[in-house]
Order: sequence, then structure tokens, then C-alpha cells
Amino acid sequence: MTVQETSRVGSALKLPHAEQEKITRRQKPARRLPAQKDWPLWAIFTAQIGIFIGLTALWQLAADTGVIDGFFWSRPSAIYATLVKFFSDGDAWIDISFTFRATIIGFLIGTIFGSLLGLSFWWSRNYAAIVQPYVICFETLPKLALAPLVILVFGLGLASKIAIAAALTLVVSTLTTYAGVKAVDPDQERLFYSLGASRYQVFRKLVVPFCLPWTISVLRINIGLALTGAVVGEFIAAEHGLGRQILYAGQTYDIALVWVAVLVLSTLAVFMYAAVSWLESLLRKGVRQ
Amino acid sequence: MAFHTANGAFAALAPVALTIEQGRFVSIIGPSGCGKSTIFNIIAGLQEPSGGQVLIDGTAATGTIGRVGYMLQKDLLLPWRTVLDNVVLGMEIQGVPLHAARERALPLLHRYGLSGFEYLYPNALSGGMRQRAALLRTLLFDTDIILLDEPFGALDAQTKLQMQEWLLGLWSDFGKTVVFVTHDIEEAIYLSDEVHVMATRPGRIVETIAVPIARPRARNATLTPEFVAIKQRCLTLLTAGADLGEAA
Repeated sequence: MTVQETSRVGSALKLPHAEQEKITRRQKPARRLPAQKDWPLWAIFTAQIGIFIGLTALWQLAADTGVIDGFFWSRPSAIYATLVKFFSDGDAWIDISFTFRATIIGFLIGTIFGSLLGLSFWWSRNYAAIVQPYVICFETLPKLALAPLVILVFGLGLASKIAIAAALTLVVSTLTTYAGVKAVDPDQERLFYSLGASRYQVFRKLVVPFCLPWTISVLRINIGLALTGAVVGEFIAAEHGLGRQILYAGQTYDIALVWVAVLVLSTLAVFMYAAVSWLESLLRKGVRQ
Repeated sequence: MAFHTANGAFAALAPVALTIEQGRFVSIIGPSGCGKSTIFNIIAGLQEPSGGQVLIDGTAATGTIGRVGYMLQKDLLLPWRTVLDNVVLGMEIQGVPLHAARERALPLLHRYGLSGFEYLYPNALSGGMRQRAALLRTLLFDTDIILLDEPFGALDAQTKLQMQEWLLGLWSDFGKTVVFVTHDIEEAIYLSDEVHVMATRPGRIVETIAVPIARPRARNATLTPEFVAIKQRCLTLLTAGADLGEAA
């Protein structure tokens, strides 16, 4: 009613512009808050599996009909056969264990020493100022470019892969933990000192627990980096490992084996990622205690 | 306690002489930047004065930490510790075994309005409760002198009144010497035996006003002519200081 009345007044006053505006406003459809309905979990899961099966089938079909070259792209059936062979009569477990060990040990060394280095910057501003440019240099340096040198120094075995994995993770941990150190509230430090605390007490009761979440937050990034480091090390020179397997298969045009090794590598990566996520949630709970 | 300082180069503080008797509740009011916090930092040993000295019970305490309890405006509770473990921090740093410190702290938490909160983490607490925990932490750190730097500055008016009563209760139970910094004139007068009014540029104490109102004070003591007269005097001093500051 009211709207109609106003519009009549508008036309009576001969205000065409205002009249126009009223009409558009009335005709504008009522807009509602966009709502998205969540699918049940099984539907999401079915869709995920469906996409995988669909893509695999498409691949197989394309290779069989000659749409893509089966020699360069391989085909799911051949990959499956190679996978079975890889695990039944190949060095599968030796390779997996080699890559796994290099990754985990490199990850641990890099993360632990990186975090300790980052924490150590709290002890002296002068020391931090002197060392910082070197750390940043080391960060910007493409460490993988040094890999051939590392292989020469540490040899063909596990040690060189560990060294590369550790080098990649060390800097990330150092810088992130150092960011935590810099974020410590100076007032909080003043409180500790006003309570008569020693520097060591401030370090142990304030700085370390405060920086722990920072340190923990890089664990997942680091596990990925460590794996990259280990695989690249194996690319360059190694006797075992999934990286070596991939390189070897590629050079002998055994494309199905390349896919198998990549598949196994991704599975390994997913497992390690899940383990580190679990460790992270565990540590986070510990930090609260 | 006697306290003397003469900051040279920057003259953040003009020579300040402040003597506080044991067991008294003393407030310092003044405009921002008049050096209240500097005085506190010097007393707490967190800042070295360019001249002068701090005497506690007649002995030199310039630049020594851990002699007074110091509470800042922020509660500074550690988020990864429970309320109980936050409260015992001072004792812990002084080397009291953790279980003994907890045993001492628990009854106090119960008596002073924190029962049920002992094992919660600070982020689950309201602003008033957090300040209570921070104050108890300061109290349990066994020193005779407590410096409170605007502890209730960030609280809403209602909570602030409650906390003032709570603080007075604590003070009469523990008999500690309290030095209280605030922006709130009424708060300063209501709580204190003595109010030191400061002025800025350079920071100095312009007048010390005794508050002879008998304790325990009722809330409506703030409406008595006596109280209003003191408040009037403080306001005059503070506005005079502000005018001077602008002229300078």
C-alpha cells in the first residue's frame, strides 16, 4: 500500500527519474544468501573414486585405440603388471626403505638443528645480526645446484641423500623459528626479569614454549622438502632408491616403471605427510600442557 | 623505601624523590608520558637510572631485579600454562619446587575468586579474571612491595569497581606495600593512603596529597565533601600541568 502511494505521489509530482528508480527497485528480484548444501561423505567419496576410475579408463582406451602413443605414455594395464612385478621380484622394498630413510633422517637433522639454530639467535642480538646474512644467503641459494658437490663429498650412499634433504629443511626451520624468537613479547620478558629470572629461565620457560608452535608449523613443509632432496640426490647418483629407479626406467624407456616408481613415491609421501600431521597435532597438544 | 633519580641527557624525569612507608597503599597519577612507567622500571631494576638510587628497607637496590612484584597493564599470562601454573610462575623462578608452589597457590586461588578456574587456560577467562590471576601471581611472588601499572586500565567500569574492592581485600589481608599507577583520579583517591601527582616535561612529582579518609571505605565515600575536595585538588594540579606542558 505504502509503496503504491509513494509511487503515485512521484508520478503526480512528475519526477520521471525518481519514478524510474522506484520501478526498478520494486522489480529487482529479492536476493537471498547463497546457500550451498553439503553432500554426504559417501557421495563425495564415490565422486572421488569415480573420477579416478574414469580417468584411468579413458587413458587405457586412448592408448589402446592409438589416440595417444602407448609407448611414451604407457597404459594402466601395463603399469599394473609392472607394479605387481616390481613388488614380487624387484628391489621394491630396498628402494622404498632407502628413500624413506634418507628422507626421515634428513628431515630430523634439518628440523632439529634448524630449530636450535633459530632459537640460538635469541641469546645474542649481535650474534644474530652477524649470522643472519649468511642464513639468508643460504636460503636464497638454490641448494639443489650444490647436489653434485654433495655427492662427491658424501659419496654415493645414504649420507649424501641425507645431507641434501637436511640442507633443504634446515633453512626453513631456522628462519621460521627465528621469526618466532623475534615475536616474543618484550613485556613478557620484562615480567620474567621483574620476577628475578635468569636468562636461561627466560629461555626455557618463555622463549622455547613460545616458539614451539612456529617450529611445529613447518614440519609438514619440511617433510615434503626432505623427500624432494632425497629423490634429487638419487637422481644424480645412487645405487638404490625410488629416485634412481625413476631415472633408470626413463633412460631405458620403461615408462610403465617410471609410473610405478612415481606412484610408490607419492604413496610414501602421503604416508609420511599423514604421520607428520599426526605428530604435529600431538605436539600441539603437548605445548598446551 | 626511598627513591631518587635524576635522568640527565633526555631528562625524561627531573630529580624525583619518593618515599613510601611500609604497608601503605600509594598511588601515582599523571598525564601520559610523565614517566610513571620509567619510575616503575627503575624501582623494578629493569632500567638503569642515569643518576640517583633506589633504597628498599634502607639497602641499595638500584638495578637489582626480583626485589619487587611488578604487574603491567597487560596480564601477560602464558597461554600454554593453566591459571594455577601461571600464578606460581614467580615462585617457580625463585626455585620453589613446583608441587610446593601449587600447594601454596591453590587455597589463595580459592579464596580470591578463582575457584573453578585453576586448571583452565587463560584464553578461557574474562578480562577481570585474567587480571585477578596476574595480580595473584604478583602477590605470590614473595616480596613486600608490589608495583601495579594501571592494572585495571583495560577493564569495563563495572568490573573495575569489583576489582578495586577485591584488591583492597587482598591488600588488607597481605599487608604489602602497594604502589599503584593509574589515569583514574577517583580510583587513585579511593584506594590510596597517599596520592602523588606528577607533571610532564620533565616528569616530576608536583604534589603529594594525603587521603585521611578512614578505612574500610564505603563506596559512597567518593561522594563526601572531603573526597571531592581532594579530587578537585588533583584535577587542578593535572590541568595546570597540562597547560604548562602545552606552553612549553
